[in-house]
Amino acid sequence: MNPANPDDAFNRDLSRRRFLRHAAWAGAAVAVTVSGGVVTSKVLGQGSPAPKAQDFTFVQISDSHIGFTGAANPDVTKTFQSAIDLVNALPAQPDFVVHTGDLTHFSTNEQFDQVKQMLSTLRTGQVVVLPGEHDSTDDTGEKYRQFFGAGTQGDGWFSFDHRGAHFVALVNTINLQKLGHLGADQLAWVEQDLKRVSSETPLVVFSHIPLFAMYPDWGWGTDDATTALGFMRRFGSVTVLNGHVHQLMKKVEGNITFHTAAPTAYPLPHAGDGPAPKPVVVPADQLHQALGIRQAHLIPGHHGLALADQELP
Amino acid sequence: MSLRFSRPAGVAVTIGTLAVGLTACGGATHAATKAAGTSTQAAPTGDPHAEAPAAAAQPAVATSAVTVDNFSFMPAAIKVKTGTTVTWTNNDEEPHSVVSSEEPMRSPTLAGPHNTFTHTFTKPGTYHYNCGIHPFMHGTVEVQA
Repeated sequence: MNPANPDDAFNRDLSRRRFLRHAAWAGAAVAVTVSGGVVTSKVLGQGSPAPKAQDFTFVQISDSHIGFTGAANPDVTKTFQSAIDLVNALPAQPDFVVHTGDLTHFSTNEQFDQVKQMLSTLRTGQVVVLPGEHDSTDDTGEKYRQFFGAGTQGDGWFSFDHRGAHFVALVNTINLQKLGHLGADQLAWVEQDLKRVSSETPLVVFSHIPLFAMYPDWGWGTDDATTALGFMRRFGSVTVLNGHVHQLMKKVEGNITFHTAAPTAYPLPHAGDGPAPKPVVVPADQLHQALGIRQAHLIPGHHGLALADQELP
Repeated sequence: MSLRFSRPAGVAVTIGTLAVGLTACGGATHAATKAAGTSTQAAPTGDPHAEAPAAAAQPAVATSAVTVDNFSFMPAAIKVKTGTTVTWTNNDEEPHSVVSSEEPMRSPTLAGPHNTFTHTFTKPGTYHYNCGIHPFMHGTVEVQA
């Protein structure tokens, strides 16, 4: 792994040996959805010059909204801690954990500090983070980057290679005018970044706001995503994992599979259900069913990523 | 962007005690992973291609007070005289903000006890703004000479 986010105080040092030890997938008793079957033949392209992808897992968590105090979740710190505990109890320790944004609700230094401390308790090799729009509520991401921007570029975007797969973390939550927005600088960086990557390399993209038009009236889309996705068309397998919408949804478009993630904070309505994407209040004993974590398992030559979404216990 | 919704291309594999629900709804694929025996998620019901009414379509109201109620600027379009100070007040529980690319205007986060923002418009023109956190919330200020 060659992470571009090597904040020493934050990320654990992870030796190659430790990676190898963690690579063994223990076959946890969880549901596995194998997706992206349409791209199998491309993934298995013979004579690939790319390094062979290896078997490993990582975890996605999202939308923790530390600082939120509404009725939809009276204790977002507690549910975030439950998500961390669930990750730490996994039978196979993930190689890394990605948080796909909305770490905080109000972008205060205290909230960023709390999130950073809590993330540092994850039992994993590395934690990588990208911002949501709630992480820049009163600036253009300066406070976020003071805490999480080390080693990143621009608004906080970065890429890394891990075990034969390429990962790109995008920032589409700054300077919004209706939808998510990547901007010309980031698009140019994506184009350059991907140029050096073989089309046979499994490509995994993280963003906060969906890169597909899930529900533009509520801002659930990215106005210049088409350009970014255009750079990814030649790849055999592309998986885009995002947060923002606080619910699970999957969409396949050619070689690209989009998966939205469950939050750790509170549910939002389904697209168009009601006047606005306001936090949904559910009975207290049903809240954990709307929250969760996601394990992603990269199985070489096996349909790209296998995802397992788990509710909080 | 124009994206095609597809039926599930993947295969659901169940291992151990949990089950995967894959439900195709309205042309979209809605994957809900649930513990065995519990409910599955409801389908999204909205039309993703529906257009929201544009703020500019409403006649501008002569007022210098704008509120935020239920994720909307009210009134969404106002008109004021040059030199007027406009006040925004957030009545929602959720935080909002007021930002514009046409006028140097960027509020702090409006929430709780700090729920108002003021800005004085010194030049005639029509200025579009939005909530920086929920950018689908739009409004306009028409500044008259």
